[in-house]
Amino acid sequence: MIVQTVTIQGHIIDSLILAKVLDAIVMLGGTFTLSEVKVGTQREDTSHATILIEAPTMELLQEILKTILPHGAVVETEEDCTVEPAPADGILPEDFYATSHLSTQIRWQGNWIEVPQPEMDLAIILKTSPLSAQMVPMGSVKKGDLVVTGRKGVRVFPLERPKERDVFGFMEAQVSSERPHHHIIADVAKRMKAIQQQRKDGKGSGKVLFAGGPAIIHAGGREALAWIIEAGYIHVLFCGNALAAHDMEASLYGTSLGYNLGIGRSVPHGHEHHLRTINRVRALGSIQQAIESGLIKEGIMAACIRQGVQMVLAGTIRDDGPLPDVITDSIKAQKAMRAAIPGVELALLVASTLHAVATGNLLPASSPTVCVDINPAVPTKLSDRGSFQAVGLVMDSSSFLWELARELGWEG
Amino acid sequence: MSRLLMCPPDHFGIEYEINPWMRVSNQSNEERARTQWKTLTQVLENEVGAKLEFMEPIPGLPDLVFTANAGVIHEGKAVPSQFRHPERQGEERHFIDWFTKKGYEVINLYPEINFEGAGDLLGFPDFWIGGYRQRSDIRAYAQLSEIFQKEIMPVELVDQRFYHLDTCFCPLIGGELLYFPPAFDSYAQTVLASRIEQDKRFAVPSQEGERFACNAVCIDRHVVLPTGCPETMAWLHKHGYTTHPVELDEFLKAGGSAKCLTLALD
Repeated sequence: MIVQTVTIQGHIIDSLILAKVLDAIVMLGGTFTLSEVKVGTQREDTSHATILIEAPTMELLQEILKTILPHGAVVETEEDCTVEPAPADGILPEDFYATSHLSTQIRWQGNWIEVPQPEMDLAIILKTSPLSAQMVPMGSVKKGDLVVTGRKGVRVFPLERPKERDVFGFMEAQVSSERPHHHIIADVAKRMKAIQQQRKDGKGSGKVLFAGGPAIIHAGGREALAWIIEAGYIHVLFCGNALAAHDMEASLYGTSLGYNLGIGRSVPHGHEHHLRTINRVRALGSIQQAIESGLIKEGIMAACIRQGVQMVLAGTIRDDGPLPDVITDSIKAQKAMRAAIPGVELALLVASTLHAVATGNLLPASSPTVCVDINPAVPTKLSDRGSFQAVGLVMDSSSFLWELARELGWEG
Repeated sequence: MSRLLMCPPDHFGIEYEINPWMRVSNQSNEERARTQWKTLTQVLENEVGAKLEFMEPIPGLPDLVFTANAGVIHEGKAVPSQFRHPERQGEERHFIDWFTKKGYEVINLYPEINFEGAGDLLGFPDFWIGGYRQRSDIRAYAQLSEIFQKEIMPVELVDQRFYHLDTCFCPLIGGELLYFPPAFDSYAQTVLASRIEQDKRFAVPSQEGERFACNAVCIDRHVVLPTGCPETMAWLHKHGYTTHPVELDEFLKAGGSAKCLTLALD
């Protein structure tokens, strides 16, 4: 695909000039993205549009340009990006370009190069042989890496609205406890079913990512989540020490942080249960061993191991134990999470501020994302941190998981 | 009182061919042209009550007579034309000199833009229409709307015979419009139809469109137009206008008529 940016200015809306230009692009066989439209607020104000034209061949692009230039479209002058070598390992040049999580290209020697796997708040390094570009975290840059600086020669593609007319198609961060949840959950279930079907049919390898906190266990969502995983709807799990520990505690003792999940009250010495659980799993060497040895028979971890779900357990400063699978070096944990992101076609961030925001920061804007939390501050925080594509759902995690599981066919 | 700029046809003639009407072989008659032009001035002054100002004709600039293409004037500002054809570019400095001498604030468009003045930019009180594609560039209108703080709707002209907007489009004082729809592309036709109510629009018949019925001067409820346009005149009468047909055939040989021969100064 050949891509060219043009701009057009004037009274282009009511005069149908913009419509004419866009019609011409399509009629000639190109496609377009309106990357920016500023509509004048007063009648005498002019409007401005930036149009990204895509054409299958250079000849067709030239044909399109020849047709639309007389209608006022102006080809945006393009320049190569600038690069500077990193002065030292882990240090970026002063004027480094900071990325967004939108699809990004850089221009080098006249060619636009796609920067794969967009992620926010990284730097872009240019590799000259073979010619490619990569987004890298500050800490991973090596001395001498060619880092893109300034804004010249970098273009960012706005998020395309998904074709599906579901809740993700509208991309409104609905952060309110006073809006109906059912249709959002139904849409999430529909997406999960579609991804599973595509995988079954060999037509896709899209993944559903679940990032969750221990409130899921405390509040009673464990059974529903375990069913969802067991039924093959989740492919990647991000969590911390606690979710795994309390899940296995529930399996061993029927409690979560000492509360009996069946009778709903604390039991004598219950607060020790999760420590004893962690200790027993540490003795066996891994969660996988704990499941395979028969120590842990059911629950979220058991379902993940049985279904081959890719798990990344990231530690935090106040972890007990931690479980042997927990990555305690946060930079290593970040890397492991990043490595699991490609292919994620749906992300469910449930009842965890820390993991929701961390995961949100790693996801490209093109990944449909739902953030479920009983505290409205969490989805708000996520969207404030830049994950504007996330749909916020203010509700109890357990209710969410039960309803989702039922939408997916659970009869529990 | 409406003031108009005109230029006597002392050096008028068909010396080149830059529109389908012009044929060097179909030369204008000097005497008839002078008489027709004089009649037009008399009608404008005596019957319509316009105040006329005159530019000095310049040898070698036969089209200087078409003062509508001098530029566009509004609220003391003058934006001079930047002609597409080299044949007319020599007129530019004379128009600029005249605007300057008369105390207008002269504002030039970007030099790479072509714009042919009131020939391509005509207005209703609340919005203006700018013709493009034949002579003026559409980009002129984005700049002009900033200069004059006016909404300007660009419309594409698609028939070479109607190379300026004022050859196929004439807004009237009461908000009505005379126009020749086939001169516009379908988008422009849609825009005009949506902006001006159907009973206020008169699509002039082909025969009268080709006589330049739309190249008319409207001052108050008076319309000065070329002869040979009975249907247009009937429609105008029905809508309360007094018509003043003037024989201007000699100027039609160069692709101009009443409106092309005048520039509104107010």
